[in-house]
Amino acid sequence: MPQPIQRINDFVIKFANVNGSGSASANTLFAKAILRMGVPVSPRNIFPSNIQGLPTWYEVRVSEQGYLGRRGGIDMMVAMNPQTWDQDLKEIDPGGYLFYDSAKSLPRSRFRDDITVIGMPLTEICNDSYTDSRQRQLFKNIICLGALSALLEVDPNEIAQLIGEQYKGKETLLKPNVHALQMGRDYALAQLKCPIGLRVQRADRVGERIFIEGNSAVALGAVYGGATVCAWYPLTPSSSVAEAFTRHCKRLRTEPETGRNRYAIVQAEDELASIGIVIGAGWNGARAFTATSGPGISLMTEFIGLAYFAEVPAVIVNVQRGGPSTGMPTRTQQSDLLSCAYASHGDTKHPLLFPEDPRECFDMSALAFDLADRLQTPVFLMTDLDIGMNERLCDPFVWDDCRRMDRGKVMTREMLDAGADFGRYLDVDGDGIPFRTYPGTHPTRGAYFTRGTTKDRYARYSEEGPVYVDNMQRLLRKFETARGLVPKPVLRKAAQATRHGVIYFGSTSPAMSEALELLETQGLHVDALRVRAFPFCDEVSEFIAAHDQVFVVEQNRDAQMRMMLVNECAADPARLSPVLHYDGTPVTARFIVREISANLGMFNIAPLRKLVS
Amino acid sequence: MTYLAKPKLHHPSLPVNRLGYTRRDYEGTVSTLCAGCGHDSISAAIVQACFELDVAPHRLAKLSGIGCSSKTPTYFLGNSHGFNSVHGRMPSVLTGANLANRDLIYLGVSGDGDSASIGFGQFAHSVRRGVDMVYIVENNGVYGLTKGQFSATADRGSKSKRGVTNMDAAIDMVSIALQMGATYVARSFSGDKAQLAPLIKGAIRHRGAAFIDVISPCVAFNNHPGSTKSYDYVREHNEAVNFLDVMIGRGPITTEYAPGELREVVQHDGSVLRLRKLREDYDPGNRIIAMNMLQERAAKGEIVTGLLYVDPQPVDLHAHLNTVETPLNQLGERELIPGREILEHLNSSLR
Repeated sequence: MPQPIQRINDFVIKFANVNGSGSASANTLFAKAILRMGVPVSPRNIFPSNIQGLPTWYEVRVSEQGYLGRRGGIDMMVAMNPQTWDQDLKEIDPGGYLFYDSAKSLPRSRFRDDITVIGMPLTEICNDSYTDSRQRQLFKNIICLGALSALLEVDPNEIAQLIGEQYKGKETLLKPNVHALQMGRDYALAQLKCPIGLRVQRADRVGERIFIEGNSAVALGAVYGGATVCAWYPLTPSSSVAEAFTRHCKRLRTEPETGRNRYAIVQAEDELASIGIVIGAGWNGARAFTATSGPGISLMTEFIGLAYFAEVPAVIVNVQRGGPSTGMPTRTQQSDLLSCAYASHGDTKHPLLFPEDPRECFDMSALAFDLADRLQTPVFLMTDLDIGMNERLCDPFVWDDCRRMDRGKVMTREMLDAGADFGRYLDVDGDGIPFRTYPGTHPTRGAYFTRGTTKDRYARYSEEGPVYVDNMQRLLRKFETARGLVPKPVLRKAAQATRHGVIYFGSTSPAMSEALELLETQGLHVDALRVRAFPFCDEVSEFIAAHDQVFVVEQNRDAQMRMMLVNECAADPARLSPVLHYDGTPVTARFIVREISANLGMFNIAPLRKLVS
Repeated sequence: MTYLAKPKLHHPSLPVNRLGYTRRDYEGTVSTLCAGCGHDSISAAIVQACFELDVAPHRLAKLSGIGCSSKTPTYFLGNSHGFNSVHGRMPSVLTGANLANRDLIYLGVSGDGDSASIGFGQFAHSVRRGVDMVYIVENNGVYGLTKGQFSATADRGSKSKRGVTNMDAAIDMVSIALQMGATYVARSFSGDKAQLAPLIKGAIRHRGAAFIDVISPCVAFNNHPGSTKSYDYVREHNEAVNFLDVMIGRGPITTEYAPGELREVVQHDGSVLRLRKLREDYDPGNRIIAMNMLQERAAKGEIVTGLLYVDPQPVDLHAHLNTVETPLNQLGERELIPGREILEHLNSSLR
């Protein structure tokens, strides 16, 4: 047997559970307790398209160094699901640990001899302590948590404190939970060898950072961005955006004097209606958004085209996932870039924003409403399941109370009375952005008829070719204006001058940060550019031009970002090497390092080969 | 003469309403529909209703989908904002617009292709949500703009101009509207402005989902023998249950009910719907009676017109959502943005 893994504050533990067994809350307690000890963690839910019965996993990476990407490999498996036993066992790294419910004995052949096996008769303990079957199930998770606190030296007081916060005011739930925790811990201390080689030690590496799901951060950003109308249709992994918006609004958007709502949320009959409601509200001067995922975008595309041509502000949150139907769609991907950037019929293109974590989800969500109003066009916030549905450690949210909503060019009654020349599609400032009026502004001036394409600068009906071309050219000027308004990319220079670069975006960020450090320790220097928006800022073209080879790391099969870079930046395809990860799991630093170092090798840089091995 | 711009000059003796507008101020550009199109009569009825109700043109927004009917909002209320949206999707755009500003009047204009086929779902859902709107379907049983295909409201057995017989069952829009919970449901005929204009007026004053199905013969593709939506056919089979007058500016009164003759319904906003009943057995305050009656008359081949159902105390979507009185599009930073302090408090709860 190999030496058991010995690691402090640097390991991966995976919980194999059955969906609907109440494991989620115990799992969260585990992750948060470690955070409270000052050690960064990054948990990930791996869940099926199912409510009850199918396997679900919760993978927690503990990393004092603060690596928040998925690492790959498992140091300890908490195997609570007989259905996936064999698969779960296989995943454990040699020298790793297995914790399991030994109430039912298993033949030796079902185990491995290169790992440390820790059995605890959880079911038996539960059955002895509880008579109610639901209690047996729920407290089993807490008893297990108690045992783990002993095995891994997680401070039980932190867990108890968290339970206290969770059940504040619900004493009847609080006490039995703390009791179950203690019961599990006592058993482990008495009967098992504690601690094991994996341990948590108090550190001070979390600081002021917060721990939140991206979807909730997006929703909070919408509150701060001044959104008042939300229309949506349930679709994993985006539903929790609208649900979180509902929650935040209930707390933050109630008129104190009347108890009435300063928001309207409609669960529509489908995505067609969702986007229609958003466009109607945007046209009428309210800030409106919808949250959806790839299939929803497909359904919305006709409307998105109309909003582009009619120049109606709209914010569309796309929490990306695997393709159609069910199954893979509960896994993560970045595979809707093309379908969003060029969504709809006719010549269209739309601004996209790529947040890297919940903090940027918040910032970019609020920003998206300013951009949509300023540019009078649909703006996409492109997150994904990995950011959206997992709690992630990130910088705290900040807000400047002096900040005002940018409502864009809206012609008021006073301006109309003063004799302003109102042409709905008239480019008065040379930035391609015309003025608009809200319905109801002026009794005799400023009304116009909104159509798709067939109109002149004054919104009068016209099917003339030159009039159409004139309008389309203005829309291009507007897109150029967008280029100067969207968030700029973030450059991270390598320690040494290099001709190699890497472009990445969105949820790839934590894995990439770690990969860059690993590459650096191997002597491989790569400049990195994190793209944060489309249209691409000039810095993106300049970055490509400044490097001989640029890796483009993305989580889809068809290298969609690379395609866009080739087309939009007129970049030489030969210089853009795709690094593609699209099996539905979040990309890992190990994968990126392997791909990049192997390819650097191909480019005939002999000395590096040895270093990589 | 649709290539000629309409002259803006008014005859000085044209009557003005209480806002000082003439009827001409409620018109739009010259119609580009076929001469004799029923839709133009509906536009005229809308103009008349708005003029007589003293509607400020800019306080009304007109929305439509795609099709001949959906083109008509250009031909009335030229000083109102209009939105020619996506085929079959007017109801969702209207719903969003209504959420943004509850103070305006929303007039949705649609056709039978737009609302009974591609947009059937949106029609039903906007009605069941109780969106405060006037939803007019200009129903000719045919796709005019694509030249004469059957729509989903074409009666089974009716013949197209090309001689094809429709074998699919017809969708009866008023029955669906009743089923979905519309609180003001009427049917009329584009050729009967005396009946139609008051129905539109009543709908405008109604603070809930008001639906009017207007049979509107298509002179180009559905006005031939064998059609059940032709002028002749509808005139022969029209069975009006009541005639309506709408009176504004009176205090609420209790319902006077003279059996067989007159019934007054006071709507939530104080407007009075005075119904001259043509049929004694008909009670427009009872949804179930309305639904039964529609089925019975349809079986006899009659097209029932008039105000079929009204709930004088409707509850609209804003009430369901408990939204504030101030239109959402007029709320500013102070009302909408919780600020830094609250955000810092939130931050500390996330550690």
